[in-house]
Amino acid sequence: MDQEKKTHNGYYYSLTRNILLVIILVAITPMIVVSSIILYEFDISYHEKVRAHLEELVLKHKQSIDSFLKEKLGDIRLLAKTFSYEELANESFLRDRLELLQQNYGPVFVDLGVVNSRGLQVAYAGPFKLGQALYSNAEWFQTAMKSDYYKSDVFLGLRGLPHFIIAVRDDWKGEPWILRATIDFVAFNNLVENIRIGETGFAFILNKKGEFQTKPMYDLVPSKAPYNDCFAECKEYKNGVYFIERKDDADNLVIYVSALLKHGDWLLIYQQKASDAYSDLRRTLRVTIAIVVLAGIAIVVTGFVVSRRMVNRVAEADREKEMISEQVVETGKLASVGELAAGIAHEINNPVAIMVEEAGWIEDLLEEEDFKEGKNLGEFQRALGQIRSQGRRCKEITHKLLSFARKTDSRPNDVQVNDLIEELIALSAQRARYGNVTIHTDLQDDLPTIRVSQTELQQVLLNLINNSLDAMEKEGGALEISSRLDGEFIMVTVADTGPGIPGANLARIFDPFFTTKPVGKGTGLGLSICYGIIKKMGGDIEVRSTVGAGATFVVKIPLEVGLQATTAA
Amino acid sequence: MNVICSAEGTSACSPPARIRTLRMAEREEGQKETIRVLLVDDEIGFADILAKRLGKRGMTVTPVYTGTAAVKCIRKNDFDVAVLDLKMEDMDGIEVLKIFKKAYPEMAVIMLTGHGSEQAARDGLKEGAFDYLTKPCELEDLVEKIREAARSEGGGSIGWR
Repeated sequence: MDQEKKTHNGYYYSLTRNILLVIILVAITPMIVVSSIILYEFDISYHEKVRAHLEELVLKHKQSIDSFLKEKLGDIRLLAKTFSYEELANESFLRDRLELLQQNYGPVFVDLGVVNSRGLQVAYAGPFKLGQALYSNAEWFQTAMKSDYYKSDVFLGLRGLPHFIIAVRDDWKGEPWILRATIDFVAFNNLVENIRIGETGFAFILNKKGEFQTKPMYDLVPSKAPYNDCFAECKEYKNGVYFIERKDDADNLVIYVSALLKHGDWLLIYQQKASDAYSDLRRTLRVTIAIVVLAGIAIVVTGFVVSRRMVNRVAEADREKEMISEQVVETGKLASVGELAAGIAHEINNPVAIMVEEAGWIEDLLEEEDFKEGKNLGEFQRALGQIRSQGRRCKEITHKLLSFARKTDSRPNDVQVNDLIEELIALSAQRARYGNVTIHTDLQDDLPTIRVSQTELQQVLLNLINNSLDAMEKEGGALEISSRLDGEFIMVTVADTGPGIPGANLARIFDPFFTTKPVGKGTGLGLSICYGIIKKMGGDIEVRSTVGAGATFVVKIPLEVGLQATTAA
Repeated sequence: MNVICSAEGTSACSPPARIRTLRMAEREEGQKETIRVLLVDDEIGFADILAKRLGKRGMTVTPVYTGTAAVKCIRKNDFDVAVLDLKMEDMDGIEVLKIFKKAYPEMAVIMLTGHGSEQAARDGLKEGAFDYLTKPCELEDLVEKIREAARSEGGGSIGWR
């Protein structure tokens, strides 16, 4: 028995586990696949978006820096062409020109200087004392003398401050001279400095030697490799923008976006840590993973609960099935006992009949004259009468047994409900006496006969009577059975004074297998069968009960059963 | 008309009173002609005693104990009424009834059935039997029924229901 229980538990355990696995697999797999695909697509498009955005940004700044430099050069060239060397060599005139430039363009131009072919600054206007300075050995001077105009890299020069120079060469009386302007480093720096994105994104400019041409936001020790790559690749891209991702010294992935400036002399570089650039993507990833994990947990919990519940239902159904098959066996046993009883009753009928007839024959013979004078004649007649009446009693008993054991016959007969009730009371009288129950009847005399299956109606009423007797078994009481005509229905009421039915059970007493009797005593089928039979007839069973004051069942049987049944069907 | 002889129905009369009425009835019938009865029942003890008691009530009763014997018997003799047990070992009572009705439709047939197998008797009525009684029945009911059947001239169920 224990072994069997164990295998049962094992079966339900593996059933639970299989259902759980199926639920999890079916629910989680598509979720993971779909979210992975979406995440992958999102990752790609987000990378493209960031890249396009940064490239656009760098390109715009490249253009604005290029145009800034061009503009400034244009201004100086205009100055050199408009005025002669003589005019510009006049320092007060030069100062006026600087003032005019500063008025129009802000403090972009720091100073102006006129340098002759020998490198001597013949005139100077500006905040520094650089009059008569000699630039013949300065790199910028030598380069500037070779072309019409020149933009220098940033250098410290004589003043000891970072700056760069725009120089324009012109000729006066066959001698070349140079008009030189210093561009304010701060103003130029601002052009680049205001490219700032996120926490780590910033821009700067390098010259060909890898020296900073602007002041970077952070103290940066540039690892040359990426910048060299940028220089090399950007040439390929010419006016385009070059985008790479590299690991820096601290092993962080860094994005470099670069573009060439000043005809390839300078390189504008924007750099940002990848983690910073893609921070939104990372957040999305984190949120998605959190959702997937939470949903996964929810699925597992739900799957667990659902599978447990389902298996419990299955187990319950199995138990019910077992119970039913037990009851079927029990019913079979009862049926065979019934058949046996019927057989015996039948067999006894014949000998009893013969006995009664033989007694009758003796009575017949006693009528003859010879015996008229016998002194025991009275006694003979009394004994014969006794045989007769006891024979009749045997007959009644066998008849009752036979009509009870007869198989349920659902064919309708003409039934007088009152007769049926009397018959059932006679059948139950013995039990009632043992149980100390008194039976009262209150039957309406002129009830019409109804056409129903007598055996079925008998079964219903007998069941109700037996239930009432069961209820009053311990303490005794009174059973009242009444019948009356109520419109198109005959109402049969079976009322007892037993302990009553608790309210919680009232709603369930017609449910199959509901019983309050101990295991093995009641099948829980009686009332549900009654209910089914009466409903089939088109009638109804109602129950009223107060705990402690007994229960009352009212059976409502329609007069026109056939009619009701066909309309119901 | 309640044809089933129920114990409750007759217990009201005391035996001596009943016997007296029977005697009177017997005398009236006796003046006419004795009723010839064929009694078919495979319970020999029952058939014999019933034959004796009916004989004492002025009828000529021939008891036979099997269906086949009954069929043979009616070929040789005439009967007014047959009392036929529906449950017999050798032949089904309904079969015997069919043969009776085919060969001698003028002979009335009263069927005897066990309690609880009235359906067979109802089938018998359709086959032309006069009426049925449930076994064991009161002798007086049977006598009454036989006389009724004899008066009905072969009867059948045509005039009965």
